Amino acid sequence: MSSSTIVSLPDQSTARVPKMNFISKENGLLSWLLTGDHKRIAILYLVSITFFFFIGGALAGLIRLELLTPQSDLMATDTYNKVFTMHGIIMIFFFLVPSVPATLGNFFIPMMIGAKDLALPKINLLSWYLYIAAGILALYSMMTGGVDTGWTFTTPLSTHYLNTNVVSTGLAIFIAGFSSIFTGLNFIVTIHKMRCPGMTWFRMPLFVWAHYAASILMVLGTPVVAIALVLVVLERVAGIGVFDPTKGGDPLLFQHLFWFYSHPAVYIMILPGMGVISETISTFSRKRVFGYTAVAFSSVAIAVFGFFVWAHHMFIMGISNYSMLVFSLLTMLVAVPSAIKIFNWAFTLYKGSITFETPMLYTFGFMGLFTIGGLTGVFLGTSGTDIHLTETYFIVAHFHFVMVGGMLMAFLAGIHFWWPKMTGRMYPEKISQFAAVVTFIGFNFTFFPQFILGTLGMPRRYASYPPEFQILNVFSTAGATILGVGYLLPLLYLTWSLKYGEIAGENPWQATGLEWQTQSPPLTENFPAIPIMDHEAYDYEWLEGQKEKVASVG
Amino acid sequence: MSDSQVVTGNEVVVHDAAEGAHHEHLPYQRHHFETYAQQSDATNFAMWLFLLTEIMFFGGLFTAYLIYRNWYYPAFVVASHQLDVVWGTLNTLVLIISSFTMAMGVWCAETRRRRGLVISLSLTFILGLAFLGIKSIEWGEKIEKHHVPGFHYSLQTFLDPASDPKVHKEYPKDQPLRLDMARHTEIYFFLYFAMTGMHALHMVIGVGILVFMIVRARAGAYTTGHVTFVENFGLYWHFVDIIWIYLFALLYLISRHP
Repeated sequence: MSSSTIVSLPDQSTARVPKMNFISKENGLLSWLLTGDHKRIAILYLVSITFFFFIGGALAGLIRLELLTPQSDLMATDTYNKVFTMHGIIMIFFFLVPSVPATLGNFFIPMMIGAKDLALPKINLLSWYLYIAAGILALYSMMTGGVDTGWTFTTPLSTHYLNTNVVSTGLAIFIAGFSSIFTGLNFIVTIHKMRCPGMTWFRMPLFVWAHYAASILMVLGTPVVAIALVLVVLERVAGIGVFDPTKGGDPLLFQHLFWFYSHPAVYIMILPGMGVISETISTFSRKRVFGYTAVAFSSVAIAVFGFFVWAHHMFIMGISNYSMLVFSLLTMLVAVPSAIKIFNWAFTLYKGSITFETPMLYTFGFMGLFTIGGLTGVFLGTSGTDIHLTETYFIVAHFHFVMVGGMLMAFLAGIHFWWPKMTGRMYPEKISQFAAVVTFIGFNFTFFPQFILGTLGMPRRYASYPPEFQILNVFSTAGATILGVGYLLPLLYLTWSLKYGEIAGENPWQATGLEWQTQSPPLTENFPAIPIMDHEAYDYEWLEGQKEKVASVG
Repeated sequence: MSDSQVVTGNEVVVHDAAEGAHHEHLPYQRHHFETYAQQSDATNFAMWLFLLTEIMFFGGLFTAYLIYRNWYYPAFVVASHQLDVVWGTLNTLVLIISSFTMAMGVWCAETRRRRGLVISLSLTFILGLAFLGIKSIEWGEKIEKHHVPGFHYSLQTFLDPASDPKVHKEYPKDQPLRLDMARHTEIYFFLYFAMTGMHALHMVIGVGILVFMIVRARAGAYTTGHVTFVENFGLYWHFVDIIWIYLFALLYLISRHP
């Protein structure tokens, strides 16, 4: 067997965007709509989830505007109910769940394990079409009257007491669920069966491990919420009685089925983000991730524990004291693998050569905000404090610290980190560093006051509130404005950089992952030939060896 | 860096690009797989994972069944007497035989017997239709008796068993239920329709795919060594069969233990 070396670390100043790449290979709309290329599907997803993110964001803006004053004056109270419901549904099912997996995961998992594509390209494309169909149905439901159940579809409110578009929205989420199942299924098969020679499980980047764990949750959890929503639809349409106490049905059963998915769903959202953080923190401190194995297994541990904590959403819904005790304990156990990650990332920084490029700024944002979000989660997992704090703004703040402060920061870190690989061009560094700082400041202004509001007892999901809470709400709304600017900036300068950005070259970060050892943007087949992996993940000494080799040849 | 391994003198080594040309590429091998074995491994694995999601999907309904059966056992027993065990057993037999013909189909595909494959798939198709036919007769009976939850549901037969002479003769020991317990029969029938309906939906999809497969098999598509599709469909068919066996025991045979 003959072998050759493809690794080279070319000088960035002389780099050119390669003529032949996955974008330039074919032209025309159909070549995108019928593509099997995981990279093109990732781009399709990226455009679609960005669209939904800004719709969800606009709804969030409306919520904050309404809450500027204690009275409900900007919109009627039932309109407000619809706005916060649609904000939740769009952000969770159409942005957060597919955000990192369907874009960055789709693009980079095959590249990181040295494969030409995901195992099932047609299923991958199908998942995007399902996502789009679901998105259109959700938008249709919103335009034709909306839905006001809250994103949790609580029964019997959703089945008996409301006359809004519960059925069509439920079906939209049902379809979006299958899109997510297919993504997860594809990842698991790919990671098991498509690794290149030498790519053992413990040489895979932690990004891949995190997606593996999240995929387990997608595959096992999502079908349960699908059937729960089918039951809600049947209950509404036919009055079958399964959640109707007057016929002997039990509304609590819906809560069990719904949270059996929807709690693991928060790990579906956060785990891929954690995968991004492992990559950026290692690259920008020039060190192997401390405790690689522990971080890898902590992802799987989060996935496994995540399946056994769902009833902590039901402490005030009349579950037994024994359930409360057990689920409270199990909930706190999830903090252990999460803490393992945070500590190991912190130790990775120790004695590293840290630089502060934009992805790293977002990464620091993630670490701080996720830690606060995670620790306040322990307050809510404790049944005593939960009964006091649940259904207040404390829970809103906790959730947004984890999802917006954590996940969205990680998503933006990942987008900036891999932007040069995806497009072949750098984003503008200074303005993006500015945007990262603006996002961090805006975020804290928006959501930190909500912790205080929650402990003072301001309930969530109301359009009006007692006047003494106004000052903190004004803070929050002002912060949301800053946050909005922080999110608009990347949209603008990333679009700008598509044409005018500095040419990135193969490996602008001098990173070790296989995805960096090929041209940017990559070929349709990713690599000129299938690579053979013969070093550990994040092996910077190996990379130094490569540089010397290039230098001596050059 | 306590756990990093120091590896020196490494390089990323790749297959020479020209070497790829010497690989034997079977015509049905997709370009992104290195070998055909990898392709069939991956697709089989994907099918098993898909069946896992199906188990979780039905799992929600089974959970609901478990809870309500424990709470409303008397209603479940009496309501299950409305089902005809003869039809149910016949349908179980039909499905088990169809699983056998499906297994024969997979074997025929593996041993490249085109005629045998077409016959096996056609028999599976006919048995699948037979199952759906019998099922619709059973559903028709429920509709006639107003036992469809949500649509003019009638408690008559549970409050007064004698009003339904056929069932009363078969199960003379059934006592009239009190009104509150009788109302819970609606939950049983909801579960009956949801579970058998979801199962029948899977059967309909399966029968549809069978038509597609029969057409392709006649053209010789599966008897050239590429049997993954037939194999995976076989897995799906057996899975749907197994679900039915559970449904039969849970819905028809509630009171049949000593």
